[in-house]
Amino acid sequence: MAKRIEVSGLHAYYGQVHAIEDISMSVEPRSVTAFIGPSGCGKSTFLRTLNRMHEVIPAARVEGKVLLDSEDLYGSEVDPVAVRRVVGMVFQRPNPFPTMSIYDNVAAGLKLNGMRGKSRLDEVVERSLRGANLWNEVKDRLNRPGAGLSGGQQQRLCIARAIAVEPQVLLMDEPCSALDPISTLAIEDLIAKLKEHYTIVIVTHNMQQAARVSDRTAFFNIAGTGQPGRLIEVDDTSKIFTNPVEKATEDYITGRFG
Amino acid sequence: MSLAKHGSAPTSLTSVSMGRKVKDRLVQVLVYLAFALAVIPLVSVLWMVIKNGIGRFDLDFFSFSQNGIGPRDAGGGAYHAIIGTLEQVLLTSVMAVPLGILTAVYLVEYGQDRRLARTISFFVDVMTGIPSIVAGLFILAFWLLLLGFSFSGFAGALALAILMLPTVVRSAEEMLKLVPNELREASFALGVPRWRTVCFVVLPTALSGIVSGVMLAVARVMGETAPLLLLVFVTSSINMNPFSGPQMALPVFIWDQAGQPNDTAIARAWTAALTLILIIMALNLTARLIARLRRPASR
Ligand SMILES: Nc1ncnc2c1ncn2[C@@H]1O[C@H](COP(=O)(O)OP(=O)(O)O)[C@@H](O)[C@H]1O
Ligand SMILES: [Mg+2]
Repeated sequence: MAKRIEVSGLHAYYGQVHAIEDISMSVEPRSVTAFIGPSGCGKSTFLRTLNRMHEVIPAARVEGKVLLDSEDLYGSEVDPVAVRRVVGMVFQRPNPFPTMSIYDNVAAGLKLNGMRGKSRLDEVVERSLRGANLWNEVKDRLNRPGAGLSGGQQQRLCIARAIAVEPQVLLMDEPCSALDPISTLAIEDLIAKLKEHYTIVIVTHNMQQAARVSDRTAFFNIAGTGQPGRLIEVDDTSKIFTNPVEKATEDYITGRFG
Repeated sequence: MSLAKHGSAPTSLTSVSMGRKVKDRLVQVLVYLAFALAVIPLVSVLWMVIKNGIGRFDLDFFSFSQNGIGPRDAGGGAYHAIIGTLEQVLLTSVMAVPLGILTAVYLVEYGQDRRLARTISFFVDVMTGIPSIVAGLFILAFWLLLLGFSFSGFAGALALAILMLPTVVRSAEEMLKLVPNELREASFALGVPRWRTVCFVVLPTALSGIVSGVMLAVARVMGETAPLLLLVFVTSSINMNPFSGPQMALPVFIWDQAGQPNDTAIARAWTAALTLILIIMALNLTARLIARLRRPASR
């Protein structure tokens, strides 16, 4: 069920601000692709164009093509709400719904889209929580508020919530940056496991993390403040980290700037 | 205080300069004083109302109207006024609360600084400033004189709704703005449409705040007198039907009884004031309880 993403000539704007410029790349199914680059170079912006979350921001717009297995996400017939069911997202800060229990958080995507039937929901909730490596920790307190969990557990809850709707692609925007090293490892293990079923794109500021979890790495950069972000190069992770083509990539990876 | 920069002895961690201690104390005293000053009127109002109102706080007061009872007579009660107030405020809330919350939802969730949203926002501000007597005169001119309806609890409720609407809109708007955008985005990212996100994520998150705002608006409206005098008029007998004929309301009852020279009437006014405060408190507590019971999520 994982799908391939093919981006071509993509530009994104916030009102007058040109945030990312002319990005073309592809993301392979059942693989992990990492986005790295200095802050403000447009990694989050680019990620959010992949499930049409960019346009949720007032005055934000996108030009170009994003093909999901040959279907253009920005086609005139396409419903952004339907796109987001297929391309799920996990955010930087864990954001469980504060009024809902652990169970309801995981079931939210299905319930809010009209799925009923307790036994079916029970099944999906358990499967998703197991998928997010959280089931054993919360199975005795599914009715407690989701906000009562630790930060790492909350983030895994958010991952469970995202995979409960069975997306084909999972986008993660710095999912570990608010977490401690142990929780980070738990999430990285989880990513390795999820990769068997999903196409995963992860933004990270942590080089070691990119090296550990990803198959391919894309390096983004910005020429200067106020300039749009660009894709510098994308290649197999081992290649990017040992023998990048571009000087800028090497400088960034070896910590010479950014 | 140079930080031991020029070779002077390092400042100790425990000694705070005298001036700072004095300033700290001073501000502390000022804060307590301000708090005490703010509490004095509250406590004294409560004290006066309880002291003077407790005398007639009896079963008669809650089971009889003033029908056939003159200002000099003992006994009588505010049953008719309590019924009137509850019915009028219920009608007011039924009109103003949904409209106000929906307006706030439009302004925060859909308006996004469009011209329509800015216009609505401007008129809500204007409405906030309408004096209650003006709202009363407007309904008098429109509902009674132009359309030819006569005195009724409903006419009063219309005027009260004009007064209540902007308060509900503003407080609900503030509460909706407090809901973090991340929650909306989390919901959108699950493929949940905007209207469902508003109904099942945003509104429940803001619920307890909206409830408090609504209760404040109800409390404010419950004490309004002027528009009711114009539109509902006064009566000493029970009228259960808010859609026809004069009705009594607690604030009007207070105004009516307190204007009499007799101790018996004045005692009734105090008890009515106590009753009004108690009703508002009871409503407030129930609303909070409901908001709290709804909160813990379960399967
Ligand atoms: N909501 C927004 N409104 C306006 N400009 C934004 C917004 N979000 C991001 N930007 C701008 O877009 C550029 C890229 O930001 P972002 O995608 O968040 O970078 P990154 O995730 O790589 O740190 C930055 O210059 C940032 O200032
Ligand atoms: Mg970012």
